[in-house]
Amino acid sequence: MRAQSTLRWMVGGPPFVFLVLFFLLPALIMLVASFRFPGDFGGLAPLFGAAPGEEVGLTTESYAVFFSDRVYAEIFAKSFGVAALTTLICLVMAYPVALLIARSPKRNRDLMVLLVVLPFASNFLVRVYAWMIILGPFDLLFSRFAVIVGMVYVHLPFMILPLYTNLEKHDPTLLDAAQDLGAGAWQRFWRVTFPLSLPGVFSGAALVFIPVLGMFAIPEILGGKDDWIVGNMIKESFLGTRDWPFGSMLSLMLTIAVLAVAGGTSWLAARSMKAA
Amino acid sequence: MALLEIRNVTRRFGPLVAVDDVSLSVEAGEFFTLLGPSGCGKTTLLRMIAGFDLPDSGALLLDGADMADTPPERRPIHTVFQSYALFPHMSVAQNIAFPLRMVRLEDEAIAAKVKEALALVHLEDKGERLPHELSGGQKQRVALARSLVNRPRLLLLDEPLGALDAKLREEMQIELIEMQRDVGITFVFVTHSQSEALALSTRIAVMNRGRVEQMDEPSKLYGFPRNRFVADFIGKINMLEGELAGAGGGTVLRVPGLGEVAVQVEAGQRAGAAALALRPEHVSILAPGAPASHPNAFAGKVQDFLYIGEVTTYIVGLPNGQRMQALLPNSAPGRAKFFEVGDAVQVAWPAAAGVVLTQ
Repeated sequence: MRAQSTLRWMVGGPPFVFLVLFFLLPALIMLVASFRFPGDFGGLAPLFGAAPGEEVGLTTESYAVFFSDRVYAEIFAKSFGVAALTTLICLVMAYPVALLIARSPKRNRDLMVLLVVLPFASNFLVRVYAWMIILGPFDLLFSRFAVIVGMVYVHLPFMILPLYTNLEKHDPTLLDAAQDLGAGAWQRFWRVTFPLSLPGVFSGAALVFIPVLGMFAIPEILGGKDDWIVGNMIKESFLGTRDWPFGSMLSLMLTIAVLAVAGGTSWLAARSMKAA
Repeated sequence: MALLEIRNVTRRFGPLVAVDDVSLSVEAGEFFTLLGPSGCGKTTLLRMIAGFDLPDSGALLLDGADMADTPPERRPIHTVFQSYALFPHMSVAQNIAFPLRMVRLEDEAIAAKVKEALALVHLEDKGERLPHELSGGQKQRVALARSLVNRPRLLLLDEPLGALDAKLREEMQIELIEMQRDVGITFVFVTHSQSEALALSTRIAVMNRGRVEQMDEPSKLYGFPRNRFVADFIGKINMLEGELAGAGGGTVLRVPGLGEVAVQVEAGQRAGAAALALRPEHVSILAPGAPASHPNAFAGKVQDFLYIGEVTTYIVGLPNGQRMQALLPNSAPGRAKFFEVGDAVQVAWPAAAGVVLTQ
């Protein structure tokens, strides 16, 4: 019994310590940072000041700014819109591909999966710049359209892979049974394949939706000034205006918003499952 | 008119002929069994009846109408799959309601029929369970209820009892027979288990290498196998290979190393190579000196015996080296066993016992 618990700590301990040190601790540092004053030349002002009149200690200034101006809420709304649209387009485009791979002969599947991840072999920025060359001549650059195209292009594999992993595990006999019991192709998909693939749909959606919110390179390269999303604001706060507390605050608000969306979605999903 | 008619159906997979010119017909109300070893073509034939596969030549007719252009979802034929194939994301009741939803029945009618189907398979209280919460036997019953709920013309069962343990299998066999009688739907049952086939069927088609070797009622199949394959596949059998010849008004089989065996043959069976297929229960086992009342009596030595309870099967070594099985009922009071291993005995059987096979 004791040997077992020792083993458990030996296996589980290091990752646990790693997560505490490099995930939980930084998150707490950021939480504190969002309540501090910015330093004179970037960074953070000291918590305990020496000179009188210097801004030290804790403040809700960043939050006050965020809630006083509607522009931030609008950027958040726009970001979620872009992320939702990207996720939806990725889902619609990825599903047939994932289905095709999952229903191909086993010997071909590995090659097809390799082809899906092949774009990762070239640099991310190179691939985004390539879209400038493609979209430029059609006068489509620096638009919301270009941003969505770039987002979908970059994130598509993250939707295909979890979907494929799910669909590949489906028992083909279930489709035979559905057909045998009177279901046409359309009903076989909506009543058997799709409901069974929902875990894959949800993990694919999470893998696309959340990174898109934090993405700043694609809106910066392919979008216009109007197409900035949360990711751009966070990046600008840290690297542009060098207002670290404000950037920390934005990052935390984003985390809260994402958790709210994820929580709401799973609550809705659980409720609809119960109703069905 | 037969409910299902299979006319000269052939199905090839590359060089392999899975189903080779099979013709048979199934009458309404029958419990018809396709029996054969794995790879004999019975499952391919079943898939063609269900519509998942099409014959390369020949035709399948339901109520006299060719089904070639009818896809599986429009055939009034349902299948109980070996793995049950219950939809894991639907409750038991939703699974059973599935075929009713497909024909867009009203919700109320669906609820009533689902309730009835649950009662048929004795799962009234399990409607809200998910398939993974059920035992193997319960899943089996749900699959049956789902296939029967909208009363197909024909129910196909693909080795449905294969995944159950022995005791449960026996219970389900009895339930299947009762259910088939209650609902009056024609069953086509596929199995490799000859005991299952004999117990359940009104008629059996024994298949081997894509062909139907023999099609008959269970008792005829057992008692009068038409060839060596059927004789060997169904039940236990002793095969005495020899040469058929006429001798003094009767017919004998000259078995090398054993001698002449008196047999009865059907009219038209000619001299030549033949085998006598003899069931163990037709062979008597006697003490060496005892007068045999049968014309065929041969000396041998007990090599082994299997005490099963109601009967004991003795394995007797004959002078030609062959091992012959003889069945002795343990019905005599107070005597569990008559002979021991190594005892000299004689085996005997009447001339009318067994079947002479030339194929």
